[in-house]
Amino acid sequence: MGDISKNYRLNFLKEVEANVEEGEWVKMCMQCGVCSGSCPLGKFWDHPPQEIFMMIRAGKRDAVLTSNAMWMCTSCYNCIVRCPRELPITHIMHGLAHYAQRLGLAPAHQPTAKFAQLFWNNLMKKGRVNELKLGVKLYFMNGIGEGFKTSLKMKDIGLGMMKTKRMNPMEAIGGHALEDVKGFHAVMQKAQELEDQRLANQRP
Amino acid sequence: MTAVIATNETILVVGGGISGMTAALEAAETGKQVVLVEQRPYLGGRVTQLYKYFPKLCFPTCGLEINQRRTKQNPNLTILTLAEVTGLTGSAGAYTATITLAPRYVNERCTACGDCATAVEAEFADEYNYGLSKRKGAYLPYRMAHPARYVLDPAIIGTADAEKAKAACKYDAIDLEMREETLELRCGAVIWATGWQPYDAAKIQPYGYDRFPNVITSVEFERLADVNGPTGGKIVRPSDGKEAKKIAFIQCAGSRDRNHLLHCSRICCMASLKQATYVLDAFAEQAEVNVYYIDLRSIDRFEDFYNKVRANQNIKFIKSKPSSIVADKDGNPIVHGVDTEGYNRYAEPHDLVVLAVGMEPAVKKDAFPISVQINREGFIEAAPENGGIFAAGCAADALDVNRSAQHATGAALRAIQVINRVARAEV
Repeated sequence: MGDISKNYRLNFLKEVEANVEEGEWVKMCMQCGVCSGSCPLGKFWDHPPQEIFMMIRAGKRDAVLTSNAMWMCTSCYNCIVRCPRELPITHIMHGLAHYAQRLGLAPAHQPTAKFAQLFWNNLMKKGRVNELKLGVKLYFMNGIGEGFKTSLKMKDIGLGMMKTKRMNPMEAIGGHALEDVKGFHAVMQKAQELEDQRLANQRP
Repeated sequence: MTAVIATNETILVVGGGISGMTAALEAAETGKQVVLVEQRPYLGGRVTQLYKYFPKLCFPTCGLEINQRRTKQNPNLTILTLAEVTGLTGSAGAYTATITLAPRYVNERCTACGDCATAVEAEFADEYNYGLSKRKGAYLPYRMAHPARYVLDPAIIGTADAEKAKAACKYDAIDLEMREETLELRCGAVIWATGWQPYDAAKIQPYGYDRFPNVITSVEFERLADVNGPTGGKIVRPSDGKEAKKIAFIQCAGSRDRNHLLHCSRICCMASLKQATYVLDAFAEQAEVNVYYIDLRSIDRFEDFYNKVRANQNIKFIKSKPSSIVADKDGNPIVHGVDTEGYNRYAEPHDLVVLAVGMEPAVKKDAFPISVQINREGFIEAAPENGGIFAAGCAADALDVNRSAQHATGAALRAIQVINRVARAEV
């Protein structure tokens, strides 16, 4: 029969509380369901937020961390506004996604995760987002064929943006940057060191 | 001029609903002098607007009638209607209250014959029916109002209607010269029984109370079901008068919600179960009732009632706080949400949606004429700092009628203790 009390050990909840941004709020959910009903993309998720919170409490670690659910959040904040217990649901979703990514458990080829990584890499180069390069990277994210197709589809919009000076073709070579890019990189490196230190010192 | 004799041995009761009436009567029946102040033109408060009580489904008229008889028989009790406490100073055993009396324009010679109401023409939204019907500018607030005396709406004073009412009265009971009066009286203890009001449902934006006519509140539904109500007891929907056979009850509409009221209003679960019986009684096999809830709180003996209602095949309980309501082209409110037992997404059309609105204190936190301890939910705390002021009923917490009456009796005892101390000191 085994030890039934194992089912009631809140190991995963404690893990979430310790590692996930705003994770300490998960236990406050009273399972009313307003968040799930309020989510405009809810029907495309594997598990709505309410279910995710229950799964965390039920110790379903793998199911939660490998799920595509929290990657579907578009930060519309409907759930936060309506939650009767003021849980920062949007932030918890991003926190869970980030934690899953850190552990390498995020679903493969998850477009939101891919895009987030592209955005980050883009930003880290010069301390400014290079929208032209980011856009091109996004178009070609799923291969050359699809990239050309999307580019052709969007060409009128692109030309229009150039005409109205909303997009600068010169950004393709180099692009604008912070005044002190070296300093920026030093700051980011230090931040990474501190974060690694924090993670190393954390209880398992 | 209204004359009221009061001393430091008098108990002032603020509010003449079920709690204030109970506290005033319990104190007066022990021989204490009591002045009961009520803002409405009659006693009984929100209980007069209920169709049935839970869980016995008996009529509140019965208990109100008993209380009315007790007030008539008691020489120690002075009742002031259309009256408001606008000032209160002093400390336990020695308070001075300022009371503002609004003019009724009808004196005690009124026999409630109704000739004035027949004579006048202007109509106003009937507050007794939460605006679901109209009343005349000369009116009896409701059919068993106590005192059983008509009232003139101040809006008709100075118009032809006022003269018509005066001319129609055979008893010289209409006095258009009445003016607002202010009086000061002494008292040793104060029982604060100002009760509750329904939470403003329009503030719960996703439910569209202010946008959809077929989304109503539980207090309005109570009037619809009442045979003496605006529809003669027919359960029909406001938009087109169609019979409302499929009804959704949405629990915790405002309660247990940090965006609205922090507390559980305690009455709404039982009130909705009770109101479900109105629908089941009216439409039998054709009735379809959906109760949307977070969890149902029918405690103690109320659980028997819950089990009895639950046994009916035509009522369903859906564990879910709906996220929003929209209306289709026929005005049917559609309830949207995801349920907690299976995480199924639903979009359920109904004839009518009833929001089980929460209870909030009728007097706002900053509106008390004297400093009292108010908790974070807005109710009066039982605190030594309150001196000789004791909250009774829903001024102290969200309570049902039964618990309000018990609480009010306790408050009366506290007030009596203060008066007895004063009396001993004065001997």
